[in-house]
Amino acid sequence: MSPVRQHLWTALRGVLLALAAAGALGACAMPEPWVKPYERERLADPLMKFQRDALSAKHLEHVHEVREGARGGTGVQGGGCGCN
Amino acid sequence: MAATDRCRRAVRSTQLALLALAERRDGAGGLPFLATARLLGALGGLMATGHAHAAELPEDRADLMLHSFDGGGVEAWGPALLVRKNLLNKVSLFGTYYADIVSNASIDVVTTASPYRETRHEYGLGADYAVRESLLTFAASRSTEPDYIATAFNVDVATDTFSGMTTVGLGYTYGSDDVGKVGEGFFDNAKHWRYRLGVSQILTPRWLANANFEVVSDDGYLGSPYRMALVFGAAVPERMPRTRTSRTVQLRLIGEVVPGWSVRGEYRYFWDTWEISAHTFGLGAAHRIGEKWLVDAYARSYRQEGALFYSDNATSETQYVTRNRQLSTYNSLTFGTKVTYELMRVPGRYELFLNGALEYWKTDYSDFTDLRSGSLYSYNATVAQVFVTLLF
Repeated sequence: MSPVRQHLWTALRGVLLALAAAGALGACAMPEPWVKPYERERLADPLMKFQRDALSAKHLEHVHEVREGARGGTGVQGGGCGCN
Repeated sequence: MAATDRCRRAVRSTQLALLALAERRDGAGGLPFLATARLLGALGGLMATGHAHAAELPEDRADLMLHSFDGGGVEAWGPALLVRKNLLNKVSLFGTYYADIVSNASIDVVTTASPYRETRHEYGLGADYAVRESLLTFAASRSTEPDYIATAFNVDVATDTFSGMTTVGLGYTYGSDDVGKVGEGFFDNAKHWRYRLGVSQILTPRWLANANFEVVSDDGYLGSPYRMALVFGAAVPERMPRTRTSRTVQLRLIGEVVPGWSVRGEYRYFWDTWEISAHTFGLGAAHRIGEKWLVDAYARSYRQEGALFYSDNATSETQYVTRNRQLSTYNSLTFGTKVTYELMRVPGRYELFLNGALEYWKTDYSDFTDLRSGSLYSYNATVAQVFVTLLF
């Protein structure tokens, strides 16, 4: 193995070892998912949606955005709103 | 898999990889890539903290809506349409159309210009693509009106992780606008870049939290060629900066408190390089009545601090000056309701809903004078929507 490849391999090995060590510690500390898929029935109910209808939400977002200084951050996809 | 088992397996994988690396250093043979692959495999196992959770495409649907806005001398109404269809359980194509037929006699218009009518059309096309735990969205839209054309492209990715308890979303929008003036044609442009990051987290079987962060940057003509500012009482064309960057953080929480009732709350903070800052608070509740009715009610409070260069009537000459009340200091209180009624249901085939939404708000300005009366300006507005939804 050439000296350059040897250096590269040594550096890569160091990085991988550090990542592996950090990952192993992280795995030991990582909590188990505490809400099982079969417990999520209530969350699928339309009552539990922040926005039930995309078209309705987009219209209300547009109506507010063209009249307010603030914009964005609502999770609704941006678009050409012709706001100015 | 219990956490301890997963931990033990991860440590064992790491030990095997370390052993392979040690063998490689002693020149005992074996490909370094094998050791690398083992380490990466171990890392992958550590990062996968549960079973795979395939992303789901949005359900097929069609919405046909009639919307209206009436407030502050502005009337706008029009139809809107959304159609979404799933193909081969891999791709969901969607198209939208939205029209705003505007009759504008707002306070700005009646004090410095003439009332006008115009129509805005917006078309959108897009596709959602489900791949393993992720949903990729590509979309484009184009909005046209006589003196403004806006084109935008979106790319979004949402990934389920932590056994589907957490969804992480990233999004990017690029927008390019042509800015014009009636009688003069298009004379300038503006570009917009939006970067979104969102996380949704299942907290309990009945509570869900969501956090969003968005950065928006603009470059170009960001004002209105029709709007006038007041400097020493004289009307002059507004002078706006050509760049702006804003940041927005939103936190939301929703939960089912008793069967058939959900409550939600939200807070949003906005700030930008024009020194505008805004707080938005929202509270809402939804209730199912029988099997066919869903009723929603909410309140929203919005408070804004105005831009550094906003002035009701400037008393000094500055590089930038505007009297755009959208950039002034004001507060607004909104009450809204939405009702959904199930018209028809054929299990496994389709469901048809009739929806109605009504929003009322009042806005009070702290430093925007109604030049007709000399008092601070305020206005009320009503937003209405009627739409049918077909799920199929």
